[in-house]
Amino acid sequence: MRRGLTLFRTIVVAAALAASAPAMAQQTKDGLNPTGQNPTADSVNEEFLFKQDPKIVGRVTIPDGKAASLIQPQGRDYRAFRESWLPWIGGLAVLGAIALLAGFYLWRGRIKLERGPDSGKKILRFGTFERVTHWMTSSCFIILSLSGLNYIFGKRLLAPVIGPDAFAVVSQYAKYAHIYLAWPFMLGIALMFVVWLKDNIPNRIDWHWIKAGGGLIGNGHPHAERFNAGQKMVFWMVVGFGTAMSVTGLMMIFPFVLTDITGMQVMQVVHSLIGVVFIAGILAHIYIGSVGMEGAYDAMGSGKVDLGWARSHHDLWVEKEIGKVDHGTRRPVRPVPAE
Amino acid sequence: MARMKFLCDADRCIECNACVTACKNEHEVPWGINRRRVVTLNDGKPGERSVSMACMHCTDAPCAAVCPVNCFYTTADAVVLHSKDLCIGCGYCFYACPFGAPQYPRVGNFGSRGKMDKCTYCAGGPEADFSTIEYEKYGSNRLAEGKLPLCAEMCSTKALLAGDGEMIAQIYKERVIKRGYGSGAWGWKTAYRETVAI
Repeated sequence: MRRGLTLFRTIVVAAALAASAPAMAQQTKDGLNPTGQNPTADSVNEEFLFKQDPKIVGRVTIPDGKAASLIQPQGRDYRAFRESWLPWIGGLAVLGAIALLAGFYLWRGRIKLERGPDSGKKILRFGTFERVTHWMTSSCFIILSLSGLNYIFGKRLLAPVIGPDAFAVVSQYAKYAHIYLAWPFMLGIALMFVVWLKDNIPNRIDWHWIKAGGGLIGNGHPHAERFNAGQKMVFWMVVGFGTAMSVTGLMMIFPFVLTDITGMQVMQVVHSLIGVVFIAGILAHIYIGSVGMEGAYDAMGSGKVDLGWARSHHDLWVEKEIGKVDHGTRRPVRPVPAE
Repeated sequence: MARMKFLCDADRCIECNACVTACKNEHEVPWGINRRRVVTLNDGKPGERSVSMACMHCTDAPCAAVCPVNCFYTTADAVVLHSKDLCIGCGYCFYACPFGAPQYPRVGNFGSRGKMDKCTYCAGGPEADFSTIEYEKYGSNRLAEGKLPLCAEMCSTKALLAGDGEMIAQIYKERVIKRGYGSGAWGWKTAYRETVAI
């Protein structure tokens, strides 16, 4: 009895639906649905959504939030930057720096160590901890630079030489190096900041040093404390750029944790632009610390520099250091005789 | 040769996610990777539409341009494929892709994303057609069997169209003319720099 009633009901409903179907079809023929509304009138479309926002984002039922972004045409801008602009900017920055330094070398030559009454004696300029920190950071920097440049220039310069398969292997290891050596590099930046901050506060002496051309141009030796204005600029460049590279780099090591696709693209642009300028700046630092100036390398090499060199380049610092020893107030920084 | 494209008729898509499921099953795609997904726009509001989206196999694909190891290639059918042997998992293709197509097995894990995975238009990869290694790395190769991508083949409302660009554009045009409305070929302007003129 009950089953019969259900069946009857089903038949009635089906018959009613069948009867109304032609009427519905009639209405949809002229673009209207049964409610009398035109379904296109209020449906979203691409053009309208792009007018509101440069990217179209909706809702997805999967946990991956990034998947909710339907179309982001700015990916093409990112591509234009990476493929059209960056190789030129990067090439110009790095090769430009090398060309400028080569030109400077040809014009100025190697800045000679001037013999003074104290020449031959040595003074401790950088302690073991300072030198270890410097070399840890700098060796990381060199590998980070090369593996970083590989992302831009590898496929253009290295791949044609060694072939796509070998290049992929090299790039894979370069990527691992880039990601893992970033950590000791960041530690090094932090340590250098703490260790050398007190000697790198800009002051009036720096201004005079800059006005005198720093002794690079001309032959005079303007007064300088432990670090001259040029070295302070290197310090602040390393700290500033190093921090910027660390922040943007961390955002890329942990992608999409703090930012969305637009943010990730911005991080890439900032990281690569600062990266190539940083490399150019450090090339100048390497130049003046090695071939550019006689006696300068010892500061980071053995840690002990020629006292005559120190007196001409860092006169105020030497006076202070020797003064300390004379009064017996601090660690032995007394000039040690040359071996 | 055909110029293969996808076209999602959002006025037909009912967000059943069968295309997503079919894709996952056909290619044995691992957890966390979605070669295809359905995005709902204006969710719960009048005019709500859902769009099934995967790699659009762009003309002059941005992913291929930004790849630092040039692991992408385009087939004679204009399908954009890549080599997982060359891929280093840097993630750049995801930043460049307008459609969020590239997927990584380990996103967010210390930058070691693993080899990128994406929609292959059911066309496998650089390995030999129908080989085990091809199936393991890229999934099945239906195109080589003469079949179209499974997502579109089994779409219950035939919202998702796959095939030669001109043919599917023609089908969509006829639909729009017949029913009197259409919210457009989603992503076509960005992927192919052209849209379906009606």
